[in-house]
Amino acid sequence: MKVSRKIVLHFPARLVEEPIAYRLVKDYNLQFNILKASIIPDSEGFVVLELSGSQEDYDRGIRFLAKTGVKIEALSQNVVRNEDKCTHCGACLTICPTGAFEVDPITREVLFVHDRCIACANCIKACPPRAMELHF
Amino acid sequence: MSKTIEEINSKIRSGKVVVVNAEEVIDIVRHRGLSQAASEIDVVTTGTFAPMCSSGIYFNIGHSKPRIKLEAGKTYLNDVPAYTGFAATDVMIGATALPEDDPRNKIHPGDFNYGGGHVIEDLVSGKDITLSATSYGTDCYPRKKLDTLINIQSLNEAVFFSLRNCYQNYNVAVNTSDKTIYTYLGIIKPRLGNAMYCSAGQLSPLLNDPYYKTIGIGTRLFLGGGTGYISWHGTQHSPSAPRTDNGVPKRGAATLSLTGDLKQMNARWLRGVSMQGYGASLGVGVGIPIPILNEEILEYTAITDEDIFTAVVDYSTAFPNNLPDILGETSYAQLKSGTIRLGSKSIPTASLSSYRRALEISNILKDWIASGNFLLTAPVAPIPGAESGQSTRPLNYRPVERNNC
Repeated sequence: MKVSRKIVLHFPARLVEEPIAYRLVKDYNLQFNILKASIIPDSEGFVVLELSGSQEDYDRGIRFLAKTGVKIEALSQNVVRNEDKCTHCGACLTICPTGAFEVDPITREVLFVHDRCIACANCIKACPPRAMELHF
Repeated sequence: MSKTIEEINSKIRSGKVVVVNAEEVIDIVRHRGLSQAASEIDVVTTGTFAPMCSSGIYFNIGHSKPRIKLEAGKTYLNDVPAYTGFAATDVMIGATALPEDDPRNKIHPGDFNYGGGHVIEDLVSGKDITLSATSYGTDCYPRKKLDTLINIQSLNEAVFFSLRNCYQNYNVAVNTSDKTIYTYLGIIKPRLGNAMYCSAGQLSPLLNDPYYKTIGIGTRLFLGGGTGYISWHGTQHSPSAPRTDNGVPKRGAATLSLTGDLKQMNARWLRGVSMQGYGASLGVGVGIPIPILNEEILEYTAITDEDIFTAVVDYSTAFPNNLPDILGETSYAQLKSGTIRLGSKSIPTASLSSYRRALEISNILKDWIASGNFLLTAPVAPIPGAESGQSTRPLNYRPVERNNC
């Protein structure tokens, strides 16, 4: 069975220069998509990854990560739209890096496709009526 | 065949009026032809909902015991400064006012989460607003401080008033620089990363009456969910803008000054907005009915997004430096398709104006008219037209010479 999960990896300073993502690909056949990253050499860092592969590879990969000392968390940040506040202007359309907003060509309603959202939060302050909210 | 506004109003009173919105009229004219459609249709409704700086409100709070004159003091509404330079208890606030302790763009881009537009939204929603004022005492107005809650219901008059709304057409903003810019048209990405536009296009009021043949001073309209009127042409009214063969301006062109009873309005149609890195404003809903007096007026209302063009302007250079240069022209049909082309570059588009809300306004106005609750008005005076030669002049900058001794 194939799984795909969004996780947050916190790297202690000593691991920042280790090629950990490379091992996930090479040794565990996992695909990864970096959604957000902040890594400064000699300091701590974090990466938000979407990690996919077979359930077995995924579990082995996570065990490998845990053993290296990387702290693993599920991505709990969630962007939701406050429907009372959204005016369907569409200012969010070109701000979202993953194309999670679409305009219905007939009704001109702005649709929020939550599955595509990576919770980067770019839309929060780009929304004039502040309809996009970040929940933890 | 032609009709008068009085004949249309009789049909409204008797419930026999035929009213369609400015989107529906397109297909009707296409299928039935101008002549037949003009005899059938009495009114076409338009709509627009977008951030509109230059909007504001004024109200009278009533006299306190003892009396205070706010007029030469300082007055704040939820910490946002208001203008009181009219009289003792008249207060005015504009959409873009900001609290004095708002950090602005000190950490760029600023958030501008609360400003005058939000005060207006809160007041219209029926929320209590804090009014804090200081002034100097006089023999007849001895009080020097006032700190009170106010509510729209207890105000003597509360009036929406705008210096400029309903821009006939508007620039498309792009950015040719290497960094993201934060503008009143939204966030514009570097290297032509996106294009922001702000018009309801074929539904927008003044694009459906491009020569202001039916829309003028005194025209009754949908304003913020209530009834309003055109009080004058708006500031920066520029009807001499270049036009296409169909008469529709290809640049900003006309504007309207609007007024109406704030107590009738509601927050769905007056919405405080925050433009990151720019400031606060107010989203305003406006809908104007167009009486179909003859075929010519109907033809104007049948305009489609394919036939409305506007200028693509670089907001990283031309706009801030007030230069007339444009990068090209594009139609609203192209803008609404999701991408425009500029040379060899394909640019994704986004709108600040809500077409969906504009459509909703045009339909509400349709219902008001069809149910006999809204009669049309003939303008009591026209607004300056294309022949007036009126256009917006830049500031004539004249440095002030001072003797600094």
